[in-house]
Amino acid sequence: MTAYIIRRMFTGIIMLIVMSMVTFLLFFSSPVNPEDFACGKNCSPALKAQTKKALGYDEPVTTQWVKFAKGVFVGRDFPDDPALKESAPETIAECPAPCLGYSRTTNSTVTEQIKEAWPISLSLAITAFFMWMIGGIVFGVIAALRRGSIIDRGIVGASLVFYAFPTFFIGLFLYKFLAIKWEIVKIPEYVPISEGGVSVWFQGLLLPAFTLSLVYMAGYVRMTRAFVLESMGEDYLRTAKSKGLAPRKVLYKHSMRAALTPLVTMAGLDLAGLMGGAIITEQVFNYPGLGKLAVTATRNFDLPLVVGIVLVLAAVVIVANLVVDLLYAVIDPRVRVG
Amino acid sequence: MTVPVTELESHVTAPPGEEPDDSGVQKVAGRSPTQLALARFRKDKLSMAAFCVVALYVATALVAPILVKTGVLDPLTLHQDLLDVNMGGIPKGSFGGISADHWLGVEPGTGRDVLSRLVYGITWSLFIALSATFVAMGIGTVLGIISGFSGGFTDSVIGRAIDLTLSFPSTMMLLALSGVAVAFMTGTLQVPAGDVANALYVILVLGFFGWPGIARIVRGQVLSIREREFVDAARLLGASRGRLYFKEILPNLWAPLLVYFTLMMPAFISAEAALSYLQVGVKPPTPTLGNILTDSINYSVADFVFFFTPAFLIMIIVVSFNLLGDGLRDALDPKTHR
Repeated sequence: MTAYIIRRMFTGIIMLIVMSMVTFLLFFSSPVNPEDFACGKNCSPALKAQTKKALGYDEPVTTQWVKFAKGVFVGRDFPDDPALKESAPETIAECPAPCLGYSRTTNSTVTEQIKEAWPISLSLAITAFFMWMIGGIVFGVIAALRRGSIIDRGIVGASLVFYAFPTFFIGLFLYKFLAIKWEIVKIPEYVPISEGGVSVWFQGLLLPAFTLSLVYMAGYVRMTRAFVLESMGEDYLRTAKSKGLAPRKVLYKHSMRAALTPLVTMAGLDLAGLMGGAIITEQVFNYPGLGKLAVTATRNFDLPLVVGIVLVLAAVVIVANLVVDLLYAVIDPRVRVG
Repeated sequence: MTVPVTELESHVTAPPGEEPDDSGVQKVAGRSPTQLALARFRKDKLSMAAFCVVALYVATALVAPILVKTGVLDPLTLHQDLLDVNMGGIPKGSFGGISADHWLGVEPGTGRDVLSRLVYGITWSLFIALSATFVAMGIGTVLGIISGFSGGFTDSVIGRAIDLTLSFPSTMMLLALSGVAVAFMTGTLQVPAGDVANALYVILVLGFFGWPGIARIVRGQVLSIREREFVDAARLLGASRGRLYFKEILPNLWAPLLVYFTLMMPAFISAEAALSYLQVGVKPPTPTLGNILTDSINYSVADFVFFFTPAFLIMIIVVSFNLLGDGLRDALDPKTHR
């Protein structure tokens, strides 16, 4: 088991390194000159050259990558010029240790911006996660128990229809009608728990989290339904029934356990993917999370910020992959890792 | 197993309209697996209905450009006279200005005919989704076959590439790369700017992030196919790698590929819509279902018909494709059951 964990972590680290290289290559060896955007409009050639130097774009991509990687561990300065730091420290932007770059359009470090936006995306992801897990499993089990009935068809059909409408349509519909026109729900707005308490926090999250959960719910309803049905055909379930176990107990203790194990993998990876921000939902509800940050960064061609976000998200996914694999080995005794 | 019994029954009892054989004895004819699958599919009413809807969309997509050329549909002409200037450019008349000339009304703000735009938008949306699906399936199938057939080092390299591609936050990458990549295509590669470059970008990037799933499935199938005798026979006869891959193995993969195709199309139709919302992809005035819906957002409350119709069209095609995919899977693989 230990050997397995170490091996998995090792491949995870390699993946991260390769991924950061690919990302750098994609963004920084492109025909778009990042300094044009970092410098802004009405930028004189001299100022442009200065910005280019300050952000390190004058160096080859490989050097830029090495500096970036070093910056993640020990921090770095922009521009990286000790002589300038001596003479004019006010022109230097410091970027302390986990440095993911410096965003000129906002004049702050990428790490800082991500730190600011992350709790918002995380709140949204976790709330939505609980909504779709509970909804998906409850409806999935009901559908499986009433297989072939109108209830079953209704549940499966409705979840498919909600999944098939574009997310931003559902989100905007709820936003503009429920919240603004009919005023049934409070207009969604992020309030940290520390400021307004859990209830205000949750009220502000209700619509966006619900919208987000609808996207995933369909898959979970179908998966739960399929796995419960599949487990009902198993021999051990017949045994449990025939020895006179209460149907309720058969369902919860025997059928559900087998049925829900495969969901762990999917749930873990979906949650991990969402932690990086639900781009569309955040955009619809004007939620200042990572997704919205990424959209803004892209529109401003703020490449350091874009690269920083992409890498953080990729890292989350890689770590989540590892955690899910290990968790799976714990839950399912049939899985023996070498 | 209930399937063989029903197959047998359908054999024994001839349909009432069918004329008996000369001898009066039921002719026993073997049916190929494809014929069996087709028969199963035809009996599935829901899937047949879904198939008809998909066929209708495809027919619309094919006919629309001709109708636009001949002037029956006119997605671009502005009808400012049909708009109520005092109401902020909302169409005159009820339900978004529905009239004999404009069956679904006219677009608020511009006065373009909504029906023409939607019909032509289907062409663009399906074209983008189809091309992206072909790109993804092309890459996925070739790499999957190579990976599964070669094994060893090649296999693990492709396996890592799959992991790497899957850990990239794909929506974020699509968004983030758009400016850089479109500039690269129009600048360095001399792709005509505008619709062509924008559509090509969406197609290539959706395709590129879509291949890993197919590669995994194909690889799994190839692992068992490569052990079959006909592959050994072909190899003994001196067949080249290319022949083994594409003439011997590929024809055995059509069933899973077909199912994957019908499930990938709706995903990409949705993706096109979502990307339009993020201002990536084909831009108005050229219509796609996604950018029509995006245009309608500002009028969601004032002109609900205009807001709802594109979303509804997207929902219908996505649901139909999904049902079709499920039906095909059930028909092609009698072991699965819904």
